Amino acid sequence: MSAVMASSVVESRRLSKHRRRKAVNAVALTLSMAAMAFGLFWLIWILIETVRLGVGGLTWSVFTEMTPPPQAETGGLANAIWGSFLMVVLATFVGTPIGILAGIYLAEYGQKTTLGNVTRFINDILLSAPSIVIGLFIYAVMVSRMKTYSGYAGVMALALIVIPVVIRTTENMLSLIPNALREAAYALGTPKWKVIVTVTLRSAQAGVMTGVLLAFARIAGETAPLIFTALSNQFWSSDLGRPMANLPNTIFKFAMSPYENWQKLAWAGVFLITLGVLALNIFARIMFRKKH
Amino acid sequence: MAATLPASHFDKNEMQRSDPMGRPPTVRRAGPWADSLFSALAHGAALLTLAVLAAIIGSLIVGAMPAIREYGLSFLWRSEWDPVKDQYGGLVMIYGTLATSLIALLIAVPVSFGIALFLTELSPGWLRRPLGVAIELLAAVPSIVYGMWGLLVFSPVLSQYVQQPMQRLLGNVPFLKGLVSGAPVGIGILSAGIILAIMIIPFIAAVMRDVFEVTPAMLKESAYGLGSTTWEVVFKVVLPYTKTGVIGGIMLGLGRALGETMAVTFVIGNANQLNGPSLFEAANSITSVLANEFAEASEGLHQASLLYLALVLFFVTFVVLSLSKVLLAQLRKGEGARA
Repeated sequence: MSAVMASSVVESRRLSKHRRRKAVNAVALTLSMAAMAFGLFWLIWILIETVRLGVGGLTWSVFTEMTPPPQAETGGLANAIWGSFLMVVLATFVGTPIGILAGIYLAEYGQKTTLGNVTRFINDILLSAPSIVIGLFIYAVMVSRMKTYSGYAGVMALALIVIPVVIRTTENMLSLIPNALREAAYALGTPKWKVIVTVTLRSAQAGVMTGVLLAFARIAGETAPLIFTALSNQFWSSDLGRPMANLPNTIFKFAMSPYENWQKLAWAGVFLITLGVLALNIFARIMFRKKH
Repeated sequence: MAATLPASHFDKNEMQRSDPMGRPPTVRRAGPWADSLFSALAHGAALLTLAVLAAIIGSLIVGAMPAIREYGLSFLWRSEWDPVKDQYGGLVMIYGTLATSLIALLIAVPVSFGIALFLTELSPGWLRRPLGVAIELLAAVPSIVYGMWGLLVFSPVLSQYVQQPMQRLLGNVPFLKGLVSGAPVGIGILSAGIILAIMIIPFIAAVMRDVFEVTPAMLKESAYGLGSTTWEVVFKVVLPYTKTGVIGGIMLGLGRALGETMAVTFVIGNANQLNGPSLFEAANSITSVLANEFAEASEGLHQASLLYLALVLFFVTFVVLSLSKVLLAQLRKGEGARA
C-alpha cells in the first residue's frame, strides 16, 4: 500500500518536473524567436524610415546640382556623389591587387609559416580595427606632410580598409580549392606562379570577386576615415590633389545642421548610400551562390 | 655520334614538353624569374600588411608624444578637457566609450544568442538562409545611416517613450533620479549604447551561429535521445562545447563597439564634461571626440592629446580583438583534437 503511494508521489513529482522543463523550454524558445524578431525589427524600421524620408528629398536636381549653401532654394549632391564614386573606385583599384597578392601568399606560400600566421592574425585585427584610426594615420603620413587635405589621402585611407577585406576572402576562397587541382597542374610541369594565376585563382574567381564587391560596398559608406583626409568641397572637382567632396561626409555635415534643405539632402544621400550598399551586398551574395 | 647530333639542338626543357603528335615544341614563354618575381610580390604584399600596422602604431605614438610627456599615465584619469586653457585629460571620453560599449554588450549578447539559437535549432530550413542574410545585412548598413536614423528618428522616440516616463517615475527618488536626468531629447550614453547594440548583433550572432554549427550532431542527438528539451540541449550541451567560441564572438562585438565612430558621434551629444552618471546626459566617446575636434585642433598639445586618446583606443581594441582571435582559434584546435 505504502509502496504504491510512494511511487505515485514520485510519479507526480516527475510529472511536475517534466512540466516545468517543458515550460522553461517553451519560454526559452519563445524568447529566441523574439530575439530574431528584435533583430529584424531594427532592419525593417531603418529601411522604412530611410525610404520614407529619402524618397521625399529625391529629385532630379540631387544628381545635377552642387551642394548648396544653407537655406538655399535649390541644390543637389552631384559633386559629392562624383567625389565618392571617384575615390571609392580608385581605392578599390589600389587595394585589390595588394589584397589578392597577400591572400595568395597566405593560401599558397605561407600556410604554416610564422610570417603567414602573424600576417593572418594582424590582418584579422586590421579587419575590425577602428576605421577612424586609419584616417588619423593617413592624416599623419600624407595630409600633414603635404599641408593640404586631398582626394589622394582619401583614396589611400579607403584602400587601407579594402586590403584586409580582400585578403580575408581571397585566402578563404583559395583554401577551398582542392589540392588535387594544384597537383594536376604541377604534374604537367607548370611553374608555381602559373598554377596560381591560371588554375587556383581562376577557380576561386567568383569568391574573390565577391570579396572585392563587399569591400567596395564597405568603403562606399565609410565616413570616419574621410573626415581628416579628403575633407569636403562645395564644388565639382576631379582634382585629387585638393580636398574632395564625398557623400558620407556631406551627409554628416548636413544631418547635424539645423537647416531644413540640408537635412532633406542628407536624407536623400542616406537613401542613395543605403540602397547602393545593400544592393551591392545582395548582388555579391547572389553572384557567389550561382558559381558555387 | 652523328645520329645524336640533331637532338642537342633542343633545349632539355623543350624536349620534355614536345608534342607527341610531332609538331614542333612551343617555346616556353616565361623564364624562371617569373616564379621568383611572383613569389616576391606575394611576400611583399603580406609584409606590407604588417608594415601598415607597425606604421599606424608608430605614427600614433609619435603624434601623441607631447601629451604623453606632459601627462604620462595620469591622462587616463584626468577629467578636464579644456582647449582654451590647453588642459587635457581623457577620463570623460574613456568612460563614454566603455559605458556605451557595455550597454551595447548587455543588449546584444542575449539577443545574438537568441538569434543564433533560432537559426541553428528552430528555424525551418527554407527560412534559415533568408533570415541569416537579413541579419548580416544589418552589418552592411553604413554607420552613417545608423547615425542619422538614430539622431532624427530613434532619439525622439526614445525620449518620448522611455526617457520622459522614467523621469516622471524616478524624478523624486534619490540616487535613481541621477540616472535619468538630462534634457528630454533622447541623446546620450543610452541612445548610443542601443544603436551600437544593433550594429554589433550581426557580428556576434554570426560567430555564435557558426560555432553552434560545429557542435557534433552526435553529441546533440545523444542529449535529445535522453529526452532533453531543445533548450536543455543548447544550454547544457552546445553552449559548454562552444563556450570559447562564444566568448570570442562577444569579444569581436566588443572590439567593433569600441571603435565605432559615426553612429556614436551622431547620438552621444558631444559634451566634454562628466555630468553625473545619467544615461541621458550628453557625453562623449573617444571616437566621437576625434571625429568632432581633430580637424580643427591646433597643432600642439590639443592634437597630441587627441592622438593619445586614439592610441589608447587602438591599444584596447587590439587587445580585445586579439583575445577574440585566440579564443576562436582555441575552439578550432580543440575541435581538431576531439575529432
